[in-house]
Amino acid sequence: MPRVMSATATEEVTGRALKKQLRQAERLKKIKALALVLPLVIFLLLVFVQPISTMLARSVDNSELMEVMPQTAAAISDWTGEGLPSEAVMAAFAEELQTSRRGGGLGRVGRRLNYEDPGFRGLLMRTLRRLPDEPAAAWQTVLPELDPAWGETSTWQAIQRAASPTTDRYWLAAVDRERSSSGEVQPVAEEQQVYLSVFERTLVIAGSVTLLCLLLGFPLAYLLATLPTGTSNLLMIFVLLPFWTSLLVRTASWIVLLQTGGVINGGLMGLGLIDEPLQLVFNRFGVLVAMVHILLPFMILPLYSVMKGISPSYQRAAISLGCHPFAAFWKVYVPQTISGVAAGTLLVFIMALGYYITPALVGGASDQMVSYYVAYYTNTTNNWGMAAALGSLLLVVTLVLYLVYHRLVNQQQLARS
Amino acid sequence: MLKTKKTSRFNLPALAAAGTLASGLLLASTAQAFTVISFGGASGEAMQKAYYGPFQEQTEAELIPGDYNGALSRIRAMVETGNVSWDLVEVESPELVRGCFEGMFEIVDWERLGLENQLIDAAVEECGVGTFVWSTVMAYDADRLDEAPQTWADFWNVEKFPGTRGLRKGAKYTLEFALMADGVPADEVYDVLRTSAGVDRAFAKLDELKDHIQWWEAGAQPPQWLVAGDVVMSSSYNGRIAAAQEEGQNLAIAWQGSVYDLDYWAIVSGSDHVDTAYDFIRFASQAENQAVYASEIPYGPVNPDAIAELSSEQAARMPTADANLEGALAMDTAFWVDYGEELEQRFNAWASKL
Repeated sequence: MPRVMSATATEEVTGRALKKQLRQAERLKKIKALALVLPLVIFLLLVFVQPISTMLARSVDNSELMEVMPQTAAAISDWTGEGLPSEAVMAAFAEELQTSRRGGGLGRVGRRLNYEDPGFRGLLMRTLRRLPDEPAAAWQTVLPELDPAWGETSTWQAIQRAASPTTDRYWLAAVDRERSSSGEVQPVAEEQQVYLSVFERTLVIAGSVTLLCLLLGFPLAYLLATLPTGTSNLLMIFVLLPFWTSLLVRTASWIVLLQTGGVINGGLMGLGLIDEPLQLVFNRFGVLVAMVHILLPFMILPLYSVMKGISPSYQRAAISLGCHPFAAFWKVYVPQTISGVAAGTLLVFIMALGYYITPALVGGASDQMVSYYVAYYTNTTNNWGMAAALGSLLLVVTLVLYLVYHRLVNQQQLARS
Repeated sequence: MLKTKKTSRFNLPALAAAGTLASGLLLASTAQAFTVISFGGASGEAMQKAYYGPFQEQTEAELIPGDYNGALSRIRAMVETGNVSWDLVEVESPELVRGCFEGMFEIVDWERLGLENQLIDAAVEECGVGTFVWSTVMAYDADRLDEAPQTWADFWNVEKFPGTRGLRKGAKYTLEFALMADGVPADEVYDVLRTSAGVDRAFAKLDELKDHIQWWEAGAQPPQWLVAGDVVMSSSYNGRIAAAQEEGQNLAIAWQGSVYDLDYWAIVSGSDHVDTAYDFIRFASQAENQAVYASEIPYGPVNPDAIAELSSEQAARMPTADANLEGALAMDTAFWVDYGEELEQRFNAWASKL
């Protein structure tokens, strides 16, 4: 008996050891697998998740005043917003105004407060120049003497609005809305309304470009896929050659071709077809021509790769069974290309949404798209909150459209199968 | 440091280069030589010839030239970390106003500099000393127009001068020109523009011309359009027109109502070479040196005496020539720094409505 006992015990022991070994081996495998994906995960975090989260965070960020003038921000948040804030608030503000000039903090606060009122930076500057080290009386009397603006409730209300950690002003501004002094959301003055129409215009331009690319690209891709290899390779080079040329060069050459004294107008006038040169560039027409030209390869390549894999025998079978050639093409061939069409249109549409330099160069003032304003706020005025809000809104719009599109394409494919 | 000084005294280029290299390697922690940063390019070459070279010869001070793209971020980083390796920088006026406000530049002691009465008024700023003037002007192709347009009112007169006009796609300059076309004298333009009625007036005036405007984005476009005949007249940067003239194009400038702006020298806050910087600014503001610079590139000297040293042909191209300054408007940078965003947004809203 003891022998048997010990045998089972040994078995148990080896069993446990085996399990342990197995677990270890599995863990090692898991670690190895993880190590293999790790570079990708890090890459995604760094170039995808991190920048987009930063952008989203920036679009609601309101931390300028809190960081540069923490005491003022803390003190003014308790103020009721009526009359003038207490002496403690004003004293904290006066002190922090002095110290904030070192290290660039004042610039950030000035920029932030200038969004509330365009004269704010000038007010801070004037005040700083005259600010005494030690007040002769209470700051509540000294500050309004330095500049009457400090005696007005609205000035301090603006500071209070800038003191909370987050703000919805950029998002509201991106859809032409603002908060009134009582805090209600209202449309901005009519002559300042611009972004809703810019978003609409961006979608219209991107949509038109996608449609035109599809109309031009589909027959061409079909031709490429059906021609003998030698000829189709030659044609493929014509498609790819502009693809390798710099975007700026292609845009600039369209200006040369389309301008009033350009090649196309000259040719048409030489043929006697027109008397006056046509306005072909610096308007919507020019934007569409240049963008379609630049984005066409992105439509042709996915279409071509799908069409190349479609066997011609299905269409032949349909025709041999008595189907009209066009009906055979439409009902048998086209549905097989749907994944290529879906990929091509999606690619072109999303790229077109973000277009910036082409509309800036060949478009008029009413052809500028959202990214033009993002660039303007980022580079020219350093209003990154506004740039981030416009960018985030574009991202949201794109995602929603993508989901709707995905649904539609899937439903179609489901219906077919 | 000692090594560097010695080599520059011998003035042997090769040794000096070696010394600079050595000092560059050694001096990560110790003080560096006087460093002047400009925008480079053709202007930087003209500065080398007019200012850097002669200044080094005259004072035996060592000067390290460099260039940057005009962005304040790097200077901000230097000031914030206290590791200031640039001493004197060339800045454009909006950056000067912003940087001065943020305390990135030393406040200029004009008494110590002793230049105040020698330079044009716009060159005198709290944190900067003007170095040259460039201008946004009305330009036209003299071959295509029988009669020369003179004022912005002529620019708006499509009956007398039929054809498309070029204007910059943006509120800056455009609103000023519209008000001047509407009869506002140059020296009152910004007072009018500071009121909302004045802004309305400028946009109403732009409405009149809207169908005849082709908007430009890049400074290279106006001369090209003028030459190609796309537009009969256009606002343009004067340097671009001068370059086209040098290529033999018969483009002409109407200086009446031009808007001029300056580039400035600013001393980076915390620089170790403030004395040398003052010497350099004084040197670069002298009429004879400014004349050398202006003869290299058609940007106007801030020292009016320099005009006298230029040939009459060169002088006529300068934004600061007496005849050209008459009726010209100094750009109000503080105005655009404060109101720029609001007005640009309104401009965009206006331009989108056809």
